[in-house]
Amino acid sequence: MSQFLRVLGVLACLLLSQSVLAAIEIHEFSNDAQREQFNRLTHELRCPKCQNQNIADSDAMIAANLRRAVEQQVKDGRSDKQIINYMVERYGEFVLYRPRVERETWLLWFGPAVLLVIGFITIAGIVRVRRKSMQGDMGELSAEERERLKQLLDQDTSK
Amino acid sequence: MRRFWLFIPLIAFVAVGVFFYVSLHKDPSMLPSALIDKPFPAFQLPDLNNPAEQVTEKDFTGSAALVNVWATWCPTCKQEHAFLDHLKNDLGITIYGVDFQDDPVKARQWLEDYGNPYARVAVDEKGTLGTDLGVYGAPETYVVNAKGIILYRQVGAVGPDNWPKLEAALKKAAGETE
Repeated sequence: MSQFLRVLGVLACLLLSQSVLAAIEIHEFSNDAQREQFNRLTHELRCPKCQNQNIADSDAMIAANLRRAVEQQVKDGRSDKQIINYMVERYGEFVLYRPRVERETWLLWFGPAVLLVIGFITIAGIVRVRRKSMQGDMGELSAEERERLKQLLDQDTSK
Repeated sequence: MRRFWLFIPLIAFVAVGVFFYVSLHKDPSMLPSALIDKPFPAFQLPDLNNPAEQVTEKDFTGSAALVNVWATWCPTCKQEHAFLDHLKNDLGITIYGVDFQDDPVKARQWLEDYGNPYARVAVDEKGTLGTDLGVYGAPETYVVNAKGIILYRQVGAVGPDNWPKLEAALKKAAGETE
């Protein structure tokens, strides 16, 4: 019985693994530079249909189409910039996980740095105001105050 | 003046709150088409009902029209189909079809079964026109004017709920040509 189950298990594994293999796409490139370029681009382009996956990860039909388009263009020897422009012309800036630096994306690129600078300026301002007010309180004692301080200290030591 | 500064965090909170609340009700899948105000991409594909003939972008221009991207594997297209028939039969609107990554035999059967609202259908078996159009799934519908400039794009099924927007775009397209 256990023998039978084991055979059944092995069979199941074989059948399942085959169905997995069938889903894998093969992209063949003649050299490593092209393979590297293909991998880099498919990891940087966002699948328009599935929102938060790159086209390398997505199983959506459009992602497969775009992978094919990238593969074809890589083989044609087009540069990263040309391929990215091709995608943006069709699908808009949305396909880029790393948006280009343009007037529309300035807020995105420089916003955090500007906020950080504003934060530092605010802190510096607060520190300066505090320091000033503290200096006001603890500044030079008047003659009267000094006299009183001396009295208090003397009282203490006399005990 | 000092008092005013105390309210800054509250104001910032309200601003961020409003921003997130508005964003919450936006549909993230509604992306603007990159092709708005651009010419319909050039193509040359077989005619679905007459495979010996080729359809090109010139066949889709000449008057304001809708270009509908559909496929038999797409359930929403089936749902949309009756409305397209209605547009063509009752309102006399010109609709061109792009049969997207589909089997032409099944597509012909589909038009026989559900009626044919299309003036012409281009068979885009490999999805090249779809990619040039920036289609990311069927159905999608484009409003094109007589010069072949794309004015509007509808992602998802066309129906009574979104027809007013398409109709307005179509009127604008027709107005431009006069």
